[in-house]
Amino acid sequence: MRKVYMDYAATTYVKPEVLSEMLPYYGSIYGNAHSVHSYGREAAKAMELARSRVANAIGALDREIFFTSGGTESDNWAIRGVVSASKKGKHIITSQIEHHAVLHTCEQLQKEGYEVTYLPVDEYGTVSLDALKAAIRPDTALISIMFANNEIGTIQPIAQIGKIAKENNIVFHTDAVQAIGHEPIDVNEMNIDLLSISAHKIHGPKGIGALYVRKGVRINNLMYGGAQERGKRPGTDNTPLAVGFGKAIELACTDLEARNMALTEKRYQILNGVMSRISNVRLNGHPINRLPGNLNFSFSFIEGEALLLSLDLKGIAASSGSACTSGSLDPSHVLLAIGLPHEVAHGSLRVTIGDDTTQEEIDYFLRELPPIIERLRAMSPLTVED
Amino acid sequence: MYSEKVMDHFSNPRNVGEIENPSGVGTVGNAKCGDIMKIFLDIDNGVIRDVKFKTFGCGAAIATSSMATEMIKGKTLKEALKLTNKAVAEALDGLPEVKMHCSLLAEEAVKAAIEDYIAKNPDAPME
Ligand code: FES
Repeated sequence: MRKVYMDYAATTYVKPEVLSEMLPYYGSIYGNAHSVHSYGREAAKAMELARSRVANAIGALDREIFFTSGGTESDNWAIRGVVSASKKGKHIITSQIEHHAVLHTCEQLQKEGYEVTYLPVDEYGTVSLDALKAAIRPDTALISIMFANNEIGTIQPIAQIGKIAKENNIVFHTDAVQAIGHEPIDVNEMNIDLLSISAHKIHGPKGIGALYVRKGVRINNLMYGGAQERGKRPGTDNTPLAVGFGKAIELACTDLEARNMALTEKRYQILNGVMSRISNVRLNGHPINRLPGNLNFSFSFIEGEALLLSLDLKGIAASSGSACTSGSLDPSHVLLAIGLPHEVAHGSLRVTIGDDTTQEEIDYFLRELPPIIERLRAMSPLTVED
Repeated sequence: MYSEKVMDHFSNPRNVGEIENPSGVGTVGNAKCGDIMKIFLDIDNGVIRDVKFKTFGCGAAIATSSMATEMIKGKTLKEALKLTNKAVAEALDGLPEVKMHCSLLAEEAVKAAIEDYIAKNPDAPME
């Protein structure tokens, strides 16, 4: 059967040139980067190259980059580490549409005595700057707003948020896991104090990410141990993964603009194709201000998991914000936050494409989708008249 | 994550549709996830002659709807009332734990449709 991957926001394959840079560090160059001997020095050299590649991608200093196990750890560490070290107070501002790594960390902190404001978003999933300003209190220790949303792709006004945070002397963290390699990021221009990224979304290996921490920002450790990562994130350096991450981020930030344009073109092709072939469908997220490869549709009268299964039977891999796929039974908090009624949120489909998505794959998807929607609608007790 | 039987009933659901002038109709919503199932029964002398369904729900909901209709077709009302979600799930070679609630939809819709019929025909035979 033909297989078409349209779930790039979930994860990506490791590019061959990334893997080939990694492999020696599983083989002959296996030293512990913290050993003094030649084995260790070679590994340490690789770690430093990887670190500076990550730093370059976001306009940071090498010493401001800390490798972690991935986006989730970076988010947990950024939030807990900053608020527990803060002298300003125990108030956090975030948004209703953050990734669970941020939301659930905040919920846990509430149980521990912190106060959290979850900013609402508009129908496109954009945080309002006025609402942000209004939420700021003298004891606000941290603002954590994601760069771009993983489900609906909406990009937040990060530079403006950074400016507001700076004017109010509040530390600003952003989860940029989805944005890196798609949106130009400069931590200084945007006044970002902490930033979470992950390798596997940009054709790097799974299990490694980084947290950027601006020099001078107070942050406590999550874990305690050795002196790795300047004592802030102990544990033996994972050299092969760091090397892979470094190579992947360098590739992901090369020709960013041209690649974005190509991706955006493909996205519009899918969008127009779906809109012209299927009725009672809406696009979720911002029409323009969104990640180039992200599309999120709601098809009325059908349920997302049934749709995903049907697509999978045709070899097409996508994802959904439907309750039925998450195991939590509630439809996606993001789709509810942009105001979708439950049953509409249920019928959502996220299609995320990448540089490798071909014309043929797009044609195949546009050919296979309409009959699937038609079949599921014929089976549904809900109709236009209801 | 789903058994072959579930996928079979999902891809080729039996008894999808509606019955004109049905003897009983049952519509239920799943309390847990908000999904909806509607069952139409054609009953003659205490026996379910025909049954059709429409479901707005996940793969498990569609498969259990299909299987449940197969299991009650040709049965007496008394027998059909004994249908449990567990029996439906077993007939499908099991469902993942998080999907067990989906099979309740089918059981409850069958019961609701029979109750609808009994409410309209209080003196009708049950078998
Ligand atoms: S019926 Fe709703 S999740 Fe299965």
